[in-house]
Amino acid sequence: MDLRIPKDEATDAERSAVDAATADLNVDAKARRALLLPALHALQSRVGWVSKGGLYYICSRLGVPPAEAFGVASFYALLALTERPRAFAHVCDDIACLAKGADDLCREVEARLGPAAHGHQKADAHSQKGKAKASGWARSPCLGLCERAPAALVTIAGDKPADCAFGAATAAKIEAALRGKPPAIEEAYVASEGPRRLLARIGVADPKSLASYRANGGYTALKRALELGAAGTLRAVNDSKLVGRGGAAFPTGRKWEAVAREAARPHYVVCNADESEPGTFKDRVLLEGDPFAVIESMTIAGLATGSEHGYLYLRGEYPLAQARLENAIQLARSHGMLGDNVMGKGLKFDIELRRGAGAYICGEETALFNSIEGLRGEPRNKPPYPAQFGLFGKPTAVNNVETLVAVLDIVRDGAAQYASVGTSDSPGTKLFCVSGSIVRPGVYEVPFGTELGALIKLAGGITPGRKIQTILLGGAAGSFVTPEQLDLPLSFEATRKAGATLGSGVVLVFDETAPIQEILRRIAAFFRDESCGQCVPCRVGTVRQEELLSRICGGKSTLRIELPLLKDLGAAMRDASICGLGQTASTAIESAVALGLMERKT
Amino acid sequence: MKHDVKRDVTVTIDGKPVTVKEGATLLDACKSHGVDTPTLCWAENLTPVNACRVCVVELEGARVLAPACSRKAEAGMVVKTDSPRVRLSRKLVLELLGSSVDMSLSSAFADYSKRYAAEPARFGKKLAPSAAGVRESAHPGHHTVLDGTRAETVAQPTKVDNELFVRDYDKCMLCYKCVEACGTDAQNTFAIAVAGRGFDARIATEHEATLPDSACVFCGNCVGVCPTGALMFKVEHDLRKSGEWDEKKQTETDTICPYCGVGCVLTLRVQDNAIVRVTSPSDSTVTGGHLCVKGRFGFTFVEENRRADRGGSD
Ligand SMILES: Cc1cc2nc3c(=O)[nH]c(=O)nc-3n(C[C@H](O)[C@H](O)[C@H](O)COP(=O)(O)O)c2cc1C
Ligand code: SF4
Ligand code: SF4
Ligand code: SF4
Ligand code: FES
Ligand code: FES
Repeated sequence: MDLRIPKDEATDAERSAVDAATADLNVDAKARRALLLPALHALQSRVGWVSKGGLYYICSRLGVPPAEAFGVASFYALLALTERPRAFAHVCDDIACLAKGADDLCREVEARLGPAAHGHQKADAHSQKGKAKASGWARSPCLGLCERAPAALVTIAGDKPADCAFGAATAAKIEAALRGKPPAIEEAYVASEGPRRLLARIGVADPKSLASYRANGGYTALKRALELGAAGTLRAVNDSKLVGRGGAAFPTGRKWEAVAREAARPHYVVCNADESEPGTFKDRVLLEGDPFAVIESMTIAGLATGSEHGYLYLRGEYPLAQARLENAIQLARSHGMLGDNVMGKGLKFDIELRRGAGAYICGEETALFNSIEGLRGEPRNKPPYPAQFGLFGKPTAVNNVETLVAVLDIVRDGAAQYASVGTSDSPGTKLFCVSGSIVRPGVYEVPFGTELGALIKLAGGITPGRKIQTILLGGAAGSFVTPEQLDLPLSFEATRKAGATLGSGVVLVFDETAPIQEILRRIAAFFRDESCGQCVPCRVGTVRQEELLSRICGGKSTLRIELPLLKDLGAAMRDASICGLGQTASTAIESAVALGLMERKT
Repeated sequence: MKHDVKRDVTVTIDGKPVTVKEGATLLDACKSHGVDTPTLCWAENLTPVNACRVCVVELEGARVLAPACSRKAEAGMVVKTDSPRVRLSRKLVLELLGSSVDMSLSSAFADYSKRYAAEPARFGKKLAPSAAGVRESAHPGHHTVLDGTRAETVAQPTKVDNELFVRDYDKCMLCYKCVEACGTDAQNTFAIAVAGRGFDARIATEHEATLPDSACVFCGNCVGVCPTGALMFKVEHDLRKSGEWDEKKQTETDTICPYCGVGCVLTLRVQDNAIVRVTSPSDSTVTGGHLCVKGRFGFTFVEENRRADRGGSD
């Protein structure tokens, strides 16, 4: 194909950033195309935006048509296609932060830094031409730091790019971070009741040290898996009845077996670390606090499914996790725990870290594959399923971070030991992201079947002096439950029976002061913003749903008037959308309506 | 010689068994059984993108509806094409499109809307059209929050940047057909792609370059596949604008393109002795519905064509 590429020139800095990110061009066209997102990231973090010259330089280097590269770049919220200040703050105004004063924080940031760069406000940071601003800001969806709401992410572009994400954000802290003075790193609050498995090493082992990982039980599971072989490992995972923790609750053993069985080669293992469901931060805690565990469990998945290549797709807003994973992968490689001869046992497996760039939809497994492949992060129609037609069209086992880490205990101690806690249909333990109006927000590990009220009690209970108004269970794609449902056992079967879902483990507690109507409107806005735009029910339906809630919130209409429309919209989005985003975009809102939460004026 | 014999697959459609060849879609099965299924983003000469969702059917045992246009028939499938769920989803798809896109030139859309009693006005009065460049400047993941009393639309000024065809994205339902025709399904030029995200997703060249400045070779295959009139011959656009477009005065004749030896079938639409549109039958074995710049525009625009040709410096 003869590419026609516009003549805009890239600067030397842009060229060297792109060259470094695309060093190995001696690969086939598909693999070269897969370097598109890393190359775009390189520009963004070197000069703070993706300039025309930079974009076209990437196109000529990778052989990508400019229109397609532009289509990909304009898909991601973290990439700017117009010049933007090098120091930039993303201030979370999503549900957990909204209930903790995010709107006030945004107003204060606006007073100091001027109007936000994108959306929400009409004014634009670039409109004041000539006056190159030192820093800018925009609102952001959930940053996965909900336990320390309100949260912010600050990115500083340059030869030494520095990104930091922090909670308990104030305008002063954000300004300091924009000047290159980030707050000290804070480790997440974690606690458990019952056996501590997934969190065993968090806060115990040094996440930067392979030796410390090994001294705390690291790599005993892979050793056992190598003894068991692929078949034995698959049997253990199957026997454990482990199901996915990413939201869909699909049996992990069956998924792995399906991939192992496929004749087409190569096979791939993908770790889904895109965690972007509002209210969710459990994967972040594992990735930051126990990065080697993710590497070890991916290696076991590689052994079981016959894959030599693993991809770890990390959301772009997790700079600390990124640094620790990069370090851990490097150390694992240099110590023979990744590579051509893992643990000296002839196993071949290596991991490539890929960063998302601000798109919740890329957590949907097939959108994630497209994102890695350098395409727009649009979900594919299924079937075919990933086990047959996954990454690069090859058999692929894609799993959530928590699912993978749970495999370690299963393989090392056996399925029976794993099932010593939990319920018979949901064996083992589960991580919950407890946040909102709660004394000790954080990540909690409890056996399946623990009652919702007991979990909230473990987290110190509701903020003193406050009453629970409602609890969002499972995330923005989950559903609201009432304080009368505190005896709900947290298991797949019990929540299903109650018409709720565990989703990604979100337990977001709202007290009586929370503006529920506004929170519902924010949820609707989230789905509208994060829709990939591919299918009509979701692309337009999410807009109409938000408009409808805006009318109610603004007092221009009432729920009674809007209810038939809301129900029709919900039905069509649920039934006719391509993927889970559209299919669940009305779930939480409809559950709130069913509980009568919309009527409450707060 | 080994023959690739396809097995028969039997599915049940609305209670009746229907047998099709393996690899056939549910849409094929519906057609062979005489069930008329609405389609908007599907075309026989393009890879299905299953994006509009107007063709959804109910599959027994499935959690959600399936797009008939791309779902392959599997033995034993039990399909309902007119259940309340199917009717409601199809109606909503039509209403959502009708409330956000100018579908006035799609007669299929009008027929379907009648069949499913679609009322796009349920979503309220439309917001005023965006000024030029506004939709293009949206940042993914962000939008301006309005009060919801007006329905947002994709309305915007028409892009007129060459003498051959215009792009009126006010009428774009984002069916992806033009992108496919410009890409691997026909032209392999990749001058246009989907850009942006969500409701701000749109068809674009790189950084909104004009078509003459882009990789476009003016084959017009995108115009040929566009189902809504968003992409339109400039003559047609101008005639419509001046109120002179008159389908009653128009005739269509098939001819063979004289420009080269390939022998493409051209369908010439003529009004007042002037060619106003050139297409090719999508079932033509020679063209598959796709042409090159000479066949598409050569008749009417030999002159303009030469000028629009970027290389030309006459
Ligand atoms: C819109 C959307 C977003 C998703 N985001 C994530 C995510 O961030 N992390 C995740 O593990 N799974 C996510 N999923 C689920 C994945 O598609 C997939 O089911 C999961 O990664 C499989 O892993 P598991 O079986 O271990 O749960 C998402 C699904 C949808 C529809
Ligand atoms: S449901 Fe939404 S996110 Fe999913 S494919 Fe359709 S438009 Fe994209
Ligand atoms: S005229 Fe041809 S080359 Fe130009 S955009 Fe349309 S399909 Fe692509
Ligand atoms: S311009 Fe026409 S063909 Fe292209 S996506 Fe829009 S409606 Fe479809
Ligand atoms: S970090 Fe703000 S809602 Fe999660
Ligand atoms: S015709 Fe099937 S999804 Fe559009």
